[in-house]
Amino acid sequence: MSAHKTIYQYGYRRSSDQDRAGPAHHSVVIIGAGPVGLSLAVDLAQRGIPVLLLDDADRIGEGSRAICFAKKTLEIFDRLGCAAPMLDKGVRWSVGRVFQGEDELYSFDLLPETGHKMPAFINLQQYYVEGFLVERVADLPLIDLRWRNRVSAVSRHPDHVRLTIDTPDGPYPLTVDWLIACDGARSPTRAMLGLDFAGEVFEDQFLIADVKMVADYPVERRFWFEPPFHSGQSALLHKQPDNIWRIDLQLGRDADAEAEKRPETVMPRIARMLGHGDFTLEWVSIYKFQCRRLERFQHDRVIFAGDSAHQVSPFGARGANSGVQDAGNLAWKLALVVKGEASASLIETYDTERSEAADENILNSTRATDFLAPHSPAEKTLRNAALSLARHTGFAKRMVNSGRLSMPTAYVGSPLSSPDDAVWEGGIPPGAPISDAPVVAGGQPCHLSEALGQDFTLLHDAGALVLSEEDGLKPLALGRDIHDAEGMLHNRFALNKGGGYLIRPDGHVAARFTSIDQAKVSAALRRARGG
Amino acid sequence: MPEALLMTENRLDDPDAAFRLLVEAHRALPEQESQMLNAKLVLLLANHIGDIAVLREALEIARR
Repeated sequence: MSAHKTIYQYGYRRSSDQDRAGPAHHSVVIIGAGPVGLSLAVDLAQRGIPVLLLDDADRIGEGSRAICFAKKTLEIFDRLGCAAPMLDKGVRWSVGRVFQGEDELYSFDLLPETGHKMPAFINLQQYYVEGFLVERVADLPLIDLRWRNRVSAVSRHPDHVRLTIDTPDGPYPLTVDWLIACDGARSPTRAMLGLDFAGEVFEDQFLIADVKMVADYPVERRFWFEPPFHSGQSALLHKQPDNIWRIDLQLGRDADAEAEKRPETVMPRIARMLGHGDFTLEWVSIYKFQCRRLERFQHDRVIFAGDSAHQVSPFGARGANSGVQDAGNLAWKLALVVKGEASASLIETYDTERSEAADENILNSTRATDFLAPHSPAEKTLRNAALSLARHTGFAKRMVNSGRLSMPTAYVGSPLSSPDDAVWEGGIPPGAPISDAPVVAGGQPCHLSEALGQDFTLLHDAGALVLSEEDGLKPLALGRDIHDAEGMLHNRFALNKGGGYLIRPDGHVAARFTSIDQAKVSAALRRARGG
Repeated sequence: MPEALLMTENRLDDPDAAFRLLVEAHRALPEQESQMLNAKLVLLLANHIGDIAVLREALEIARR
């Protein structure tokens, strides 16, 4: 067993900032080259913003890591130019099955509809995701990625941040306009600023392991309540590339974490689950899950994104997915502010909108964890009643909760959204993420997600008034620039003659119009950029 | 307090028979099975009601 195998090795290089008499100044500094920090850096660089990205390590290794990447996250990676190798390497899946004992209780399909460029989910080890993102970073000269640069001191000021960074050559100082802490659940930045990370710790312990074996199990998420091989507890089995399988086993409250980690305990436990011992253990750990968040994600010029801002249990794949979606929400806003095209108050809407997402994720994650590990005998009776009824009744299948898998959050009541100008039948309301659809552009079949602009997009009916050009707004005329070859776009957007959607750079709806005119679009665009 | 949604006046033709039906279901059942039966009934009836506001109101009265 290799506790922390190195997958990719990178090198420390001295920077000229270390040879200066006084502190160098950077506009944007990101701490942490994980999925969140790397995504944010690429997104900002694609928008023309120079980024300094610091990481305290010089390698990407194994560990307790994400494996499930959701459609919305993959759409962001696609926009960042690195989804293709992830899709090639990843395992696509959309079906989950839930068992009790030997019997299947129900199954679900996370993407029953067609016409999306991205699958519902792929499973891919986090180190591959990070590796592909680091490759993308190498294409972008605006990103300065410094390995073995550990931030050892942070001081907050109303309009800047001061940092001390430790390196193999000793410390150096920096001043920064905007500091984004993507440094994980144990965020040293959060600790150095003395910020409270409040929430719930669940008492049950879980064993999480990745095993390598050749098996022809279906590519589905399989979850057991009270499986025959693991008395009275729950179990999860999920495929990753390279014949690696993720296993989660509930151990209960009283398990001895140290003893459970020993190979002589772990190996027979997993062999009972798999029905054979023909596997090798890649990695194993014992966890207690936590659901907690910072009360605010922005503290003057310090912004928290990903696990440093909010932490959830893993059932639902809401950790890395919500973190990358934090980055997708923040990048365009920060780019506008740094370029002086929006007021700094636009960043406050990152806090509002991603707080809504964090609360939704914590709610779902808490419900799932409570269903897996009831707090009292009475709670357990209710849980088991739902499991028992699920064998015969449709409603109880819907109550069985082995994790509700990550979906993008609709920003209900976002200050950036404009209210509808009329009553809509169907379509996608302001604040919600758009749905992808197959279209034809320039005679070629493609997807709506590929036809969107880098900044805002005005998707409108070609019969609508021709608008004068606006900076940062790409007009996309349905029936002229793109064609709804299969009618799916019409079904999903309910877009009628003369109507249109103003779509944000992160793929959420800013406003929609039953009849479009220049004044309405300009007002909605102004509002979506923070007024 | 919003207008009551939960009907608390009698709606059964024969309340004694309904009560008796529930009692007999539990007669001679071990404690744990009895609790499981109640839990299943609560879930079935909650779904039949199909309105979380009514359920909330019922819980409030049951807690008194």
